Amino acid sequence: MSGTRLLAMARKEWIQLRRDPRSMILAFVLPLLLLVFFGYAITWDVENLALAVVDEDATALTRELTATLEATGDFRITEWPAHRDAADRLLVTGAVRGVVVIPPGFTADLQGGRPAALQMLLDGSDANTATIALNTADALVGRFARNVLLQGRILELPVRVEPRIWYNPELESRDMIVPGLVAVIMSIIAAMLTALTIAREWERGTMEQLASTPVSRVEVLLGKLLPYLLIGLFDVAMTVAAGRLLFGTPLNGSVLELALLTFFFLTGALGLGVFISAAVKSQVLATQIAMVATYLPAVLLSGFLFEIASMPPALQGVTFLIPARYYITVTRGIFLKGVGLEVLWPQALFMAVFALVALGLALRAFRKELPS
Amino acid sequence: MTPERIPPRRAGLARIRALVRKELRQLLRDPKTRGIIFVSPILQLILFGYAVNTDVRRVPTWVVDHDRTLESRLLLDAFTASDYFRVVGTHDDPSTLRSALDGGRARVGIWIPAGFAADAKGGRSPAIQVLLDGTNSNTATVAQGYAQRIVNEVATGWAEAGMAGRAGGGTSGGVELRARAWFNPSLLSQVYNVPAVCGVIVLLMALLLTAMGVVREREMGTLDQLLVSPLSAAELMVGKTVPVAAIALVQLVIVTAVALLWFDIPLRGAPAVLLLASLLFILAGLSVGLFISTVSQTQQEAFLSMFLFLLPAIILSGFLYPVETMPELFRTLTLANPLRHYVEVVRAVFLKGAGITDLPVQFSFLGVMAAGGVAVASHRFRRMVG
Repeated sequence: MSGTRLLAMARKEWIQLRRDPRSMILAFVLPLLLLVFFGYAITWDVENLALAVVDEDATALTRELTATLEATGDFRITEWPAHRDAADRLLVTGAVRGVVVIPPGFTADLQGGRPAALQMLLDGSDANTATIALNTADALVGRFARNVLLQGRILELPVRVEPRIWYNPELESRDMIVPGLVAVIMSIIAAMLTALTIAREWERGTMEQLASTPVSRVEVLLGKLLPYLLIGLFDVAMTVAAGRLLFGTPLNGSVLELALLTFFFLTGALGLGVFISAAVKSQVLATQIAMVATYLPAVLLSGFLFEIASMPPALQGVTFLIPARYYITVTRGIFLKGVGLEVLWPQALFMAVFALVALGLALRAFRKELPS
Repeated sequence: MTPERIPPRRAGLARIRALVRKELRQLLRDPKTRGIIFVSPILQLILFGYAVNTDVRRVPTWVVDHDRTLESRLLLDAFTASDYFRVVGTHDDPSTLRSALDGGRARVGIWIPAGFAADAKGGRSPAIQVLLDGTNSNTATVAQGYAQRIVNEVATGWAEAGMAGRAGGGTSGGVELRARAWFNPSLLSQVYNVPAVCGVIVLLMALLLTAMGVVREREMGTLDQLLVSPLSAAELMVGKTVPVAAIALVQLVIVTAVALLWFDIPLRGAPAVLLLASLLFILAGLSVGLFISTVSQTQQEAFLSMFLFLLPAIILSGFLYPVETMPELFRTLTLANPLRHYVEVVRAVFLKGAGITDLPVQFSFLGVMAAGGVAVASHRFRRMVG
């Protein structure tokens, strides 16, 4: 193996990459675009939900109740229909997400010490939002009721909950997204490589030319990997920096460990990409397989957005084979929890093994085309 | 000869029919392509249907109980009985909470301090600590709400039984909130997501088949052969897109059947409404595909362009994240996204049984986009061909 030949190979790959504007967009613009989209546009924080209130009681107390509902900013009462039927219609058209019906006699019941019923209809189609809305409404109504009954005395239930949220105390969606996004971006880079590298040489017939040069199989493989590895590491650095500058995403752990583990993950993903590319020898097919093999699992099965624990057992089993699952545990651990290899060594081990296996497979798939 | 005697319009129709037949034969001949067209939508729907899941159930929970009384056990039982929490470990040492959450073995920690039962009976209102791993902010938010409700329920029960000191019996829950979720009573996120996934799959396929179909002909040089044939640009365009639209509709029927039969998603609205929206949506999707084919020289370029279009289209569609909570600017951007309107229609028709009159905004946008898309794409296509 010669360093000069390897570098020459890497340089050739880089020049080819630079000439393709779409690849440059994927490599350098897409990560920032994703960061902005995910960071600014996406939030599961439920606030400002439109409510309709049917107040059939209409007393000072019910006005106090509706004011309580609006007080925290979680709900916004936009409609005051006179009848329940009109309220039902608002739910169907999606004008409101929930309807609160205050039945006649509500105030009398409450003040008379009888249990007063309050009805809430929720648009359950978006189950997640509905669940959060229900929990919030329950807490607000409970607080209101106790305040009324205790007439300003300090409220004490026999047991209290003291919630403490670790790692992301403000429960910012962004802090959850940015570390996970690093893994998604890496997967896109890896998928891109597969499309553009060995399959292209094969399609264009330049593979024979490469074979006739003194470049060895290992040199070709590493020379092709190198530019993408550097782009990947650069993208991680860019994402971390942009996340910090734009959203204040914390990086509590060690940068060095992040770089090391990213290197493991990226080598594995790229190796898999090269393997696919060498195995199918068609750019279009390689891109599609790579998308399915790396990008989709990184988004869907890695725990990036969706809890693995909520998936059916069979699918949970599949996630153990997905490197992005381990890498996201690593990025969240280092970014948010501030832990290091002392906790993350199992993940590191898996990714290292995966990288070696992927490189080995890539090298093997290569053997058929190039004399060693 | 004969062609002269056939009126020009009928000749045009005959040419289109011939092209459509050729396209369909080409698409359906190859078993690999047949697999992509008919089997992969089903696999995608099943994968997405199970993976895209925001339900918070059986959250792994670590328990440190320093009280070890009947009351503390009752409280913990209430947590596990709810099915929202699943105890994965208990320990006496509170520092294990830190390591369990750090290592990701548990997402929630519950710590009941010593003297908890005595304090509760003595009216000193003790606090139990609920530690939440905030790295998944959604899970943490929902789990916190559940924990609060479970403890409040237990506490209310105890207060009513006269256990508490200051609050007095029967006073804590004076208002009973009777909640009912419409359209999806058991609040399963699958019911909401599966219909939307159908939309994404149809868009993906319509884009893929149109863009790749035209560009492949160009790469292989057969587009030139078509151009020297008597086909006009408009005929060529119609002949290229009609088969894709037909296939997209067949796919829609397949994925809808899977959604109904496999996932048990209710279809409460009229299939005709769904069909109309799908036609408009597929037209809009085809136009994007045609447009991409006019700016791409190779299949590779077409694929990357498609990816660059699809990614923002999916993020800004409300498929995964509610549009309402986006900032103003992005919410406005979503209006230009056909997928957003289609996803809204599909969800409303499936779950709410909505009709066209319930969805005037969505249908107008889809209609305008379909018409505008076809106009722009055919203009570009004609220029490319001409």
